[in-house]
Amino acid sequence: LVACFVGEGARGVPLSGHVGFDSMPDQLVNKSVNHGFCFNILCVGETGLGKSTLMDTLFNTKFEGEPTQHNQPGVQLKSNTYELQESNVRLKLTVVNTVGFGDQINKEDSYKSIVEFIDTQFEAYLQEELKIKRTLHSYHDTRIHACLYFIAPTGHSLKSLDLVTMKKLDSKVNIIPIIAKSDAISKSELTKFKIKITSELVSNGVQIYQFPTDDETVAEINSTMNGHLPFAVVGSTEEVKIGNKMVRARQYPWGTVQVENENHCDFVKLREMLIRVNMEDLREQTHTRHYELYRRCKLEEMGFKDTDPDSKPFSLQETYEAKRNEFMGELQKKEEEMRQMFVQRVKEKEAELKEAEKELHEKFDRLKKLHQDEKKKLEDKKKSLDDELNGFKQKKTAAELLQAQTQQAGSSATLKKDKERKK
Amino acid sequence: LLSNPTPVARNEKASSELGYVGIDAILEQMRRKAMKQGFEFNIMVVGQSGLGKSTLMNTLFKSKVSRRSVKTTEEERIPKTIEIKSISHDIEEKGVRMKLTVIDTPGFGDQINNENCWQPIMKFINAQYEQYLQEEINIDRKKKIPDSRVHCCIYFIPPTGHCLRPIDIEFMRHLSKVVNIVPVIAKADTLTLEERDFFKQKIGEDLRANEIDIYPQKEFDEDAEDRMINEKIREMIPFAVVGSDQEYQVNGKRLLGRKTRWGTVEVENTTHCEFAYLRDLLIRTHMQNIKDITSSIHYEMYRVRRLNENNMHPNGQPTIHANGVPEHEVLSNEM
Repeated sequence: LVACFVGEGARGVPLSGHVGFDSMPDQLVNKSVNHGFCFNILCVGETGLGKSTLMDTLFNTKFEGEPTQHNQPGVQLKSNTYELQESNVRLKLTVVNTVGFGDQINKEDSYKSIVEFIDTQFEAYLQEELKIKRTLHSYHDTRIHACLYFIAPTGHSLKSLDLVTMKKLDSKVNIIPIIAKSDAISKSELTKFKIKITSELVSNGVQIYQFPTDDETVAEINSTMNGHLPFAVVGSTEEVKIGNKMVRARQYPWGTVQVENENHCDFVKLREMLIRVNMEDLREQTHTRHYELYRRCKLEEMGFKDTDPDSKPFSLQETYEAKRNEFMGELQKKEEEMRQMFVQRVKEKEAELKEAEKELHEKFDRLKKLHQDEKKKLEDKKKSLDDELNGFKQKKTAAELLQAQTQQAGSSATLKKDKERKK
Repeated sequence: LLSNPTPVARNEKASSELGYVGIDAILEQMRRKAMKQGFEFNIMVVGQSGLGKSTLMNTLFKSKVSRRSVKTTEEERIPKTIEIKSISHDIEEKGVRMKLTVIDTPGFGDQINNENCWQPIMKFINAQYEQYLQEEINIDRKKKIPDSRVHCCIYFIPPTGHCLRPIDIEFMRHLSKVVNIVPVIAKADTLTLEERDFFKQKIGEDLRANEIDIYPQKEFDEDAEDRMINEKIREMIPFAVVGSDQEYQVNGKRLLGRKTRWGTVEVENTTHCEFAYLRDLLIRTHMQNIKDITSSIHYEMYRVRRLNENNMHPNGQPTIHANGVPEHEVLSNEM
């Protein structure tokens, strides 16, 4: 049997009429619409930088939830999923917030729980992908598509915590740095601040997400926006009347900062880039770059190798088999260990119980002896008392007898005396 | 020629509305990405010589995409064994690019002894799944795995007018388990409408009696709406088709057709034949669905079988698993 490919690769041929496959993008889009979309955002930033407010402002919703408790040690990650809909598009949006980031005295390990969280989502997807019977098309993708990194509006430079954290995250997630609460900085300070941040990121080799410029339809706008990073944002869900419109703004005695006014802040730019232009690219980069890197490292770690092309057809079978045997072996070993441990524990417990039993017996014996001693003592005492009593009785009897005798003698003596007198 | 790219259609009206977030812009983003990446479609034609397979492909895609149309130095002859010939073309329509691969199977059903003629075809289809699987399990794998999997297999039934022949049943019974099969009545202009209806009825009975699941398969209907649409299609299958790449003048219009002494069969006229329904199904409405069923059902089933396989020769050669496909194994062990 010969399967041969005629002609060199694919050649272009002209169509003599309307075929109809130009409907393919529509078919693809319709399928996705029926399925719904997933988008997961991670907000990293210190407490009080307005992460929750910004999410509310971006998605024009009041996301339910009490303000988070900031009383746990270490950095926690709190994840919430919401179902949003706009026209016919259903979006499953997951917002993950860092709680307590930057609150610790020692922040050396702050980034760890964030990295762990991101890795956990990759791991879950990898596990699903490796399953024998899998359902990838209906899998709820929890991998983080975009990480908004909130920079405190100090106006000077990045904090070392920021640099360290972003460096640890840049190979795992698309980072979009933003300057939070930027209404605290003046325009001139802001320009300097942005330049300083950008140069620090570059000099430390931090790879932030670049809006893609390969598609000519969006190349220009993306390229311009890349130059505006980091975005200086202001969030607000309060509405203020400006002119004859209600706009979202923050009202100060000296003026009102309008969230959607591009002269006031970069909120509109962020929304444009994050949602309206590049949401799909963010998802794709996550899958084709960050996830692939995770997968590659993880599989290599597990001992998988891409063998040479000759033995390729069997490497899958063999490696899976080998891995399965190894896994089973480990399971058995664990089972054995647990059994041994159990047996050991039982022995120890038995010994303990025996010991306790012995002690109890000894105690019992001791008490018994004590009891017997006491009893004997009491009996002895009783005996001596009885003896005393008997002795007393005897004496009493003797005394009474004597008395009686004396009386008799006396009375007989008196009788005698009387008799003699009478004589 | 690629048309000029249209700038991002920013919905000006909507974006000025208070509260518009822009989530629905993702549809446009997806469209852009799809246009940029282009699409792949792999279609196989199976049937004995002379049933008009090549012509039908050319008619479907309004272009010389079949094997016959590619100039080769070989003589036209019926091969002594079944050959599998794959030919790809890049076609483009309104900015949408497609890599179309037509896989021809010359020699099928043409031998005196056609026993197990389905085997080489099954082997080929499985080989494409295997190739995809190998790339998918690589540690270092391509961003976009090239897809050579057969999305759709058009099976040509000769217009005998009676019922399915043993070879038809044999082939479809085996192959419907691994690929989407769309049977068609070839050269249907030799049947009257009554003969056609009778033939279809018999074919339907034969398919049901042999438990052959053709596309669109009942069990993959996603919801009630889907089922309704697909039921209508299932009622019409197999489509009675006529192919032609010749245009004739009919009532002042130039139409694709076959000219005979007693009239011109108009290919795209639904009162003449069902070509238009086939084209709409394969290309205009269900192409994406056909690909989805291939990747999420047929390919996944192959993968499960492959990963559960334990039969290997001592020297490391796998036993041929292309013959005698085992029944669906429902195994839920995880890695």
